[in-house]
Amino acid sequence: MNDANAKPAAARRGRKGRVLEVWRRLKRNRLAMAGLAILAVLFLTALLADLVAPFPSDKQDLENTFSFPSRAHLFGTDEFGRDILSRVIHGSRISLSVGFLAVGFSVVIGGAIGAVAGFYGKRIDNVLMRFMDVLMSIPQILLAISIVAALGPGLWNLMIAVGISSIPGYARIVRASVLSIKDREYIEAARAAGSGDARIIFRHIVPNCLAPIIVQSTLGVATAILTAAGLSFIGLGIQPPTPEWGAMLSGGRGYIRDYWYMTLFPGLAIVFTILGLNVLGDGLRDALDPRLKSSR
Amino acid sequence: MSEALLEVKGLKKHFETKKGMLHAIDGVDFAIREGETLGLVGESGCGKSTTGRAILRLHEPSSGQVLYRGEDVTRLSPARMKAMRRRMQIVFQDPYSSLNPRLPVAELIAEPLRVNRVYARKPEEAERVAAVMELVGLEARLIDSYPHELDGGRRQRIGIARALSVEPEFVVLDEPVSALDVCIQAQILNLMAELQRKLGLTYLFISHNLSVVKHVSDRIAVMYLGKIVELSDYKSIFVEPLHPYTQALLSAIPTTRPERRKERIILEGDVPSPIEPSPGCRFCGRCRYRRERCAAETPELREVGAGRFVACHYYDALGEKKGN
Repeated sequence: MNDANAKPAAARRGRKGRVLEVWRRLKRNRLAMAGLAILAVLFLTALLADLVAPFPSDKQDLENTFSFPSRAHLFGTDEFGRDILSRVIHGSRISLSVGFLAVGFSVVIGGAIGAVAGFYGKRIDNVLMRFMDVLMSIPQILLAISIVAALGPGLWNLMIAVGISSIPGYARIVRASVLSIKDREYIEAARAAGSGDARIIFRHIVPNCLAPIIVQSTLGVATAILTAAGLSFIGLGIQPPTPEWGAMLSGGRGYIRDYWYMTLFPGLAIVFTILGLNVLGDGLRDALDPRLKSSR
Repeated sequence: MSEALLEVKGLKKHFETKKGMLHAIDGVDFAIREGETLGLVGESGCGKSTTGRAILRLHEPSSGQVLYRGEDVTRLSPARMKAMRRRMQIVFQDPYSSLNPRLPVAELIAEPLRVNRVYARKPEEAERVAAVMELVGLEARLIDSYPHELDGGRRQRIGIARALSVEPEFVVLDEPVSALDVCIQAQILNLMAELQRKLGLTYLFISHNLSVVKHVSDRIAVMYLGKIVELSDYKSIFVEPLHPYTQALLSAIPTTRPERRKERIILEGDVPSPIEPSPGCRFCGRCRYRRERCAAETPELREVGAGRFVACHYYDALGEKKGN
């Protein structure tokens, strides 16, 4: 007792301290920091698109169509003479929000379904997972098409459609990790302490199955952007003059032999987003796992 | 002798499996007096851990009663069960898998306190955590460590601290030392004995290791295939085992004096499957004294002397048979 009072230095760090600790570990990972920097730049340009972009995204210049990248148009212009750089910048708003919100939506819903199915098992598991199997049996893009066709085109409906169509994947992954964790003795220990189901799931099970969720969702953002692009391409997603990376990519496809820069730049934007997310996701996964602390 | 703190009556736990009903525990009766240690021994798979977990309702018992100070634990509502859990705790066998790898020591120990909202204010909680850590001999500097950074002995001390943080009266020790090095085993056993003295704890000590059980127990129950076959004070069991299974078990303890070695009883065959067991004495297929009645009628645990219980139809005839 005396010992405890005499040593205030041994007082624990608390929640804030642990967040700082994760950040400190993340900072040591250079690759993850590069990923974070890429994403920060992308998000900043998305936020400040009106200030950063040299031209409005829909300003046409019909005398100057298909111009090669030059000082005036760094990324060149498209078939209507619109500045590709400005369209990539404005498009980041749509693409990033579709990517992140759709994935966020499906991780939360799919994760919850998977956690409940894995944790309670038996009939609940069967009902939920068979329903997920039904969803899974429909190709993702077809499912998204039918949902967006039912809801009507538009940014929000697009996000919902993409989100719903990727729910089963997350449900499966989370269920599998929950199954592997729920029989560990520390779950029994939590129960012996009197913890309810919700506390066991959120405090003891979910944190221990973060790793596959993080990996899957960083890849998922890429898939979501591409699915959204596909939907835009067939006219069910973002409607034409609005710039969106996927739509630009598919719009430039027809001209790829002669005017490759029309597809290159929106493609690169997608590549960098995914790259940044993946390396940041990997770093985050490692930083969040206290077991890996000393190994680096 | 003080009265019974915990009474187990006709406790059964059956698991449904694809091959049929698995009788993990099949009618177990015993009582634990306040302040004593009851050792529960048996080979792996005999249901001793399941018994410990069924008492705490970590496995919901299939039938039977668990009376804690006269109150039937198996019938408590979820809210009252939660309150009851503060009085009955458990220490697990494997200190590697029984601690959540994502939580530091302080959180692990504070978890039961938080779940039960024992302290409204953080400083009080931190004080309690520090006090428990000192009680079990964990250095205060380890407070922010994660379980994977510590050795088995320290991890097991965390497990003990976690169980004791809510000030229980009764603790199930489920093979608390069998995953540890021998020298650490001794430390943990001594710690547990010391804690029992200081805090007046009552233990159910589950182990497959007879020498460990002998060291810590006041009374010993021997389990075989879901049933208790013998229950007595620890001296009688070692000096004069009554049940043929106990005799065989004791004869298997290695001795340091080979010249005084007694006859070694080698059991034939394997432990029969606990799935849909046949009627009669569970041990009868391997018992060298078996008679017709053994296969037909299940012997019940009955008192045969002061505080000595045995489940065998012919325990008193065994001596004669041996003489032949």
